[in-house]
Amino acid sequence: MMVFLWYQELLIEMNHKNLNSLTLVQALKALADKQISLDEIYESVNSAIKESQKLNIYLTLNPQARVQAKKAYQAHLPLAGLPIAVKDNYCTKNLKTTAASLVLDNFIPQFDATVIYRLKKAGGVVLGKTNMDAWAHGSSTETSDWGPTLNPRNPKYLPGGSSGGTTAAVAANTCIAGLGTETAGSIRQPSAWCGVVGLKPTYGRVSRSGIVAMASSTDSPGPITKTVEDAALMLQQMAGHDEADSTTNPQAVPNFGQDLKKGVKGLKIGLLYSDVPELKKVMSLIEPELKTFERLGAHLEPAQALDPHYAIGVYTIVQRAEVSSNLARYTGIRYGQDRSHLGDEARRRIMLGTFTLSKGYADRYYTTAQKVRSLYRRDFAKLFSKYDLLISLSNPGFAKKVGATKGEAMFGELEDMLLEPSSIVGLPGINVPCYRDDKTNLYLGLNIMAPMWREDLILRSGWAFEQATDWNQWAKAK
Amino acid sequence: MTTQMTKQPSKYQLVCGLEIHAELKTKSKMFCGCQNDPFGAQQPNIYTCPVCLGMPGGLPVANKQAIERTIMLGLALNCRISLFSKFDRKHYFYPDLPKGYQISQYDQPFCYNGWVETSQGRVAITRVHLEEDTGKLLHKTIEGKKVSLVDFNRGGVPLVEIVTEPDIKSAEQAKELAQTLRQMIRYLNIGDCNMEQGGMRLEANVSLSADGQLPDYKTEVKNINSFRFLEQAINFEEVRQAKLLDQGQAPVQETRGFDAVKGETFSQRTKETTADYRYFPEPDIPPLRFTPIQAEHLQASLPELPNQVLARWQKEFGLDPQLIHRLVISISQTQLLDKVWQKAQEKQVALNKLAVWIINHQKIITPQITADQVMAGFLNQTQTEQVDETKLTQVINQVLADHPAEVKRYLAGEKKLLGFFIGQVKTLVVSGADIAQVSQAISRTLNN
Repeated sequence: MMVFLWYQELLIEMNHKNLNSLTLVQALKALADKQISLDEIYESVNSAIKESQKLNIYLTLNPQARVQAKKAYQAHLPLAGLPIAVKDNYCTKNLKTTAASLVLDNFIPQFDATVIYRLKKAGGVVLGKTNMDAWAHGSSTETSDWGPTLNPRNPKYLPGGSSGGTTAAVAANTCIAGLGTETAGSIRQPSAWCGVVGLKPTYGRVSRSGIVAMASSTDSPGPITKTVEDAALMLQQMAGHDEADSTTNPQAVPNFGQDLKKGVKGLKIGLLYSDVPELKKVMSLIEPELKTFERLGAHLEPAQALDPHYAIGVYTIVQRAEVSSNLARYTGIRYGQDRSHLGDEARRRIMLGTFTLSKGYADRYYTTAQKVRSLYRRDFAKLFSKYDLLISLSNPGFAKKVGATKGEAMFGELEDMLLEPSSIVGLPGINVPCYRDDKTNLYLGLNIMAPMWREDLILRSGWAFEQATDWNQWAKAK
Repeated sequence: MTTQMTKQPSKYQLVCGLEIHAELKTKSKMFCGCQNDPFGAQQPNIYTCPVCLGMPGGLPVANKQAIERTIMLGLALNCRISLFSKFDRKHYFYPDLPKGYQISQYDQPFCYNGWVETSQGRVAITRVHLEEDTGKLLHKTIEGKKVSLVDFNRGGVPLVEIVTEPDIKSAEQAKELAQTLRQMIRYLNIGDCNMEQGGMRLEANVSLSADGQLPDYKTEVKNINSFRFLEQAINFEEVRQAKLLDQGQAPVQETRGFDAVKGETFSQRTKETTADYRYFPEPDIPPLRFTPIQAEHLQASLPELPNQVLARWQKEFGLDPQLIHRLVISISQTQLLDKVWQKAQEKQVALNKLAVWIINHQKIITPQITADQVMAGFLNQTQTEQVDETKLTQVINQVLADHPAEVKRYLAGEKKLLGFFIGQVKTLVVSGADIAQVSQAISRTLNN
């Protein structure tokens, strides 16, 4: 009954102004119990959006959101009409989709991405489209043609990227839950910097159909939420085979809620990259937090993995090659504006990708990168024969200041170094907040990884960690 | 027998290989659900969707029927089937290529190492692979302004490419090979190969050898849209290249076009400006794997092929190979004629005479016609006199008056109903009528 008491207290504590900070699970329960109304949530969310306007989170707001919400609520759909912040690279029918590039400044899709279609069917509402690095090229939102988003935890700092708009939207409580996409770090890195939960599913778990392609062989759409339980709920609605995407897994989606609260007792966890020299300082900060797993009955030990530095090269080459191909369609002939509207980062990537695929160079770069990719695949297979889970820091440090990417063409690749090895082989991972610096109010994130298709394990351990530590402001259910 | 074309004796041997593109007949396009009917479309750009228009977020999904048909063709051309195969992206810019790349197959085609027999010897097939067709550009003047328009009804239609080894030794052999390939595609009912509409396109790689060795250059003659032009283009190249070689010059490696009016080839681009397609594996489509059992199953499901039919009909029915060659044009016709020959044998009819009659009355072979009707047609015409025209006209008018709905449908384009009318006319009065005479009379009446 403790839980019930807490819930009552929470509702009393919350006046109408901050219903926006409810988690997805809390909001659904409060709506079901008729403690609050959907209108009250939307009013609260809308005022939060107004208050946070200077953070530059949303590029487009959905004028139909409240009408659609009402319908979904009345139809008793599982997500009850709650507002979802959507990264601007998801195609949304009749709602401008720009991928934060001027090339698509005037582009209004004729169809919903599969994930959007599924969320709408489940009663989710696209509240608005969030800022991102243009074409998802970057880890800062500074490559957006509409300027960077600022980190709600401390506006002098960047939110990370490329899904920085959505992680900021969640951190600033301007939505109930959000959607991002990750190619290598684009969900987990900004989630770490903004102190929220971000889940990168296994490649092929969630359909890419209708999402502006970045690097097709690694793009993974995923949820960005306030808690791990919310992430499980969102993933449940998003995941599953899609006839429009041949790379999706045809097998049935497990129930992610089922074992969520089972704990980590008896699990063998390998700690990765703790000996990488540039991580020494931050590793010492989170060392006490890592002990949490042992306290909860798991076995944790440092594991030897292939040096993540090589993955920077592999990822950069493969991703640039695919980018140069995927952006070839944006000619301005059939829709959108012509190529003169491409930003500097997109131009750099197209040139590098074109070069690495060119005659005489493809073997040296693209083919070699694919071979090293196989080495990482083998390395992870070996690690998972020994461990149930692998954990590491989500990225090498705290959020960087606005303007930090200037002159740093490899900014994102270095930021995402710890996530690149697992991303290039398709593994799933989650970011959970694991430390906060009192002085700057900035967060560090823990990255938990499992074998292919084992998001259930990730969610379970993420939930256990979140419950046993103080770093998630929303997970107060203790 | 075809007569050898008289050409000036040359000290050079022609070395020629073909690359042939043919659109496949499938329900939907290669990578999306759009209807595959570019020639039947009433308006431009009606069979399009986000995938074949290259809109953001559109993903290709490979068409199973097209893959099966490609493998079927490969098997019919004696190819080996790749147990591991994949699609690749081939990059180049052109307004009729919406994604900026064509999905094709680079180093793992579905079929490889086959051969085709010609009257001048066997030609090896290097590979048979599957890709997507481009849209169609139309250059027009609208309100005094020159504009280029693009129609994507054809964009994304499955296109099969057959590449031969440079085993072809004469222009005539090249023509025969191309015709044989078209016959095979039509026979298997997997493509229409309509040359005028671009349903089949020919390219020839031509070079000359003085010593029997493979030359170190080749010219590629592209966009040839008839068998006659193919022969002309190769002949022209032979003369042109021989002249250069005689003068001690090496012909350049280049791509050439064919001017059908002048009957000449002309230079389009040389090696220095050759495109770099930056191939890499298509990440949106997982590689395709077949087990040896699946490959065997595909082999077993292959229908009896024209050369097998030829051998069997010769042996079982004593038919003249020249006649058989003209009759084996589709699986369905082969099946029909098999029954016809059996009935003819039972009735002790001269089979070769019957075969000649069928060749002369090819139009009566409709999808509805039965072996009995073919036999009856033959017997009636050869055993009865021509029917009185006045009487025939009377009966036809009556039949047409009795079936207004069918007449309407026929006039609306449902031409196969002709068979129905013939049947009606025959059963009514003119039992022993000559089918050709009846058919002509009905067509005449209906079309007036």
